[in-house]
Amino acid sequence: MSETILKVEDLKVYFPVRAGGGWGAKTLPLKAVDGVSFSLHRGETLGIVGESGCGKSTLGRAILRLIDPTAGQVVWLGEDLASLSNTAMRRKRRQMQIIFQDPLASLDPRLTIGEIIAEPLRELEPSLSRAERRVRVEDAMARVGLLPQMINRYPHEFSGGQCQRIGIARAIVVRPALIICDEPVSALDVSVQAQVVNLLMDLQRDLGLSLLFISHDLSVVRHICHRVLVLYLGCVMELASSRALFDRPRHPYTQALISAVPIPDPEVTHRPILLEGDLPSPLAPPSGCVFRTRCRYATDKCAQTRPALEDADAGGHQVSCHHWKEIAS
Amino acid sequence: MSIASLAIRRLFTAVPTLFIIITAAFFMMRAAPGGPFDSERALLPEIEANIKAAYDLDKPLVDQYFIYLKRVVRGDFGPSYKFKDFTVNELIATGFPTSLKLGGAAIILALALGVSLGTAAALRQNSLTDHVVMTAAMTGIAVPNFVMAPLMALIFGIYLKVLPVAGWEEGTIKDMVLPVIALTLPYTAYIARLTRGSMIEVLHTNYVRTARAKGLPERRIILRHALPAAILPVVSFLGPATAGIITGSVVIEQIFQAPGIGRYFVQGALNRDYTLVMGVVIFYAALIMLFNLIVDLVYALLDPRVRYK
Repeated sequence: MSETILKVEDLKVYFPVRAGGGWGAKTLPLKAVDGVSFSLHRGETLGIVGESGCGKSTLGRAILRLIDPTAGQVVWLGEDLASLSNTAMRRKRRQMQIIFQDPLASLDPRLTIGEIIAEPLRELEPSLSRAERRVRVEDAMARVGLLPQMINRYPHEFSGGQCQRIGIARAIVVRPALIICDEPVSALDVSVQAQVVNLLMDLQRDLGLSLLFISHDLSVVRHICHRVLVLYLGCVMELASSRALFDRPRHPYTQALISAVPIPDPEVTHRPILLEGDLPSPLAPPSGCVFRTRCRYATDKCAQTRPALEDADAGGHQVSCHHWKEIAS
Repeated sequence: MSIASLAIRRLFTAVPTLFIIITAAFFMMRAAPGGPFDSERALLPEIEANIKAAYDLDKPLVDQYFIYLKRVVRGDFGPSYKFKDFTVNELIATGFPTSLKLGGAAIILALALGVSLGTAAALRQNSLTDHVVMTAAMTGIAVPNFVMAPLMALIFGIYLKVLPVAGWEEGTIKDMVLPVIALTLPYTAYIARLTRGSMIEVLHTNYVRTARAKGLPERRIILRHALPAAILPVVSFLGPATAGIITGSVVIEQIFQAPGIGRYFVQGALNRDYTLVMGVVIFYAALIMLFNLIVDLVYALLDPRVRYK
């Protein structure tokens, strides 16, 4: 395996939330991300999947310090990001960028796309001349499939897919080593989704990027990711190579998620594992294993102790469940 | 469509609007009981008839209306009935520079201060700064200027003796300070509140989040990305507000003895000085339309999605 560029250790993001109304309301911590650890290698795509509200996006933003983590470490090339000053962190953004879910709303309507794409260069590589900057912007546009004559147009003149290409161009223009893709295709039409996903895969290969691909769409994740991390209520349920995870999911939650993916073949009888009950509130997560309230294998042990993430095999398949050995997949 | 053709189209639609305003103001004014030459002591019937004939007031109302319209089309607002020997044009021409000077200074100050304070409050939402600014703004809006102005005259003019209590010697800076402050306070306060509200909203938009992720310094995020969007409601407010403030305030002009045109609105109406009231109303309406046009042009500059197509 190649070099580890990002190491996330026991990362926690809690938001103070006022519970109840009135003057005497107490603030409770909303545990959006609760003790997540993983590492990312150079040139690797790691998928982060889970239901909405499981903390995927918060995790992505906390890694980039767009949200301040409550506890834990984000180590970038041996350096703890939390220890950096705001200015130093700002400069680090040259190495790590993010693409957002809503492509149009994420672009300032008052700037031309040339200005939007050039802006990070202007701040993060101030030594570039105007002409050099222009070359870099045009290069980034060409890489994402935008025509040079579009440079003076405004975001509202583009389609959703094109807007996401602009967002990608803006991210790659500073030549980062990591791009966090926060549901980059979920707002797009299916046909456009495929184009953007393929574009991301091409860029990763050509530029040697590491991607953190946040999504709730398992088919897309399976297509693009080398490894996948399954998140539930801010906790890691399972972490494995894409192939191992989809072929042999160990965690009951992963099994349910995968069985819920529709199979595009009417001949196949498909019986998804149905999860019962609702997602518990992250303000009051269940004791022990957070998934136990919806797990059909749950026992007393699950309510008492929180399972650790343990190795299930020598291939780096990790699972966080007391009973994974007994559960046949 | 270009900005020039927008301006031309607006000027054409301004004509019927002005016509309606003139007509409505003319007949409403005449519907009010009393007339310009009524006084405590009844005039001799012959004298009253003479005066009315001199001002065409003896003709049927509809005829008077058309006579007036013809004059206005030529840009002539006619003679004032009360300020003898002055035409309404002369009264506006002598008074307006004073009102413009006071109001212009006040609105520029209100814009600069209001936007800065509102932005500062929004950036530190729910902090001490925020609460202080917003409480001060509420006070600024709530305390009427006929309370604020004499109070300031008392403090700075009489106790501290640093500024004149009132008066207007060719409009020196010293004379302007108190009336401008009294004029600007409520506008500053209102603009600060408007800015804070929209700035808080804009700071939560996705593209401001993108600006952070790009690694831009906070200063550039605010000035380049947040402010141009947050200022839009302030720009809309500024159109009618500017027209209102530069046509003078009767209260401020009375208290500080500034010879502006604000007092003509009230005096003219009370005296039934028909031509004077009509003159200032038309002048004010034209200014409102002009500033609303400017607002639309500024909008187009601030938002490429509103480049009038």
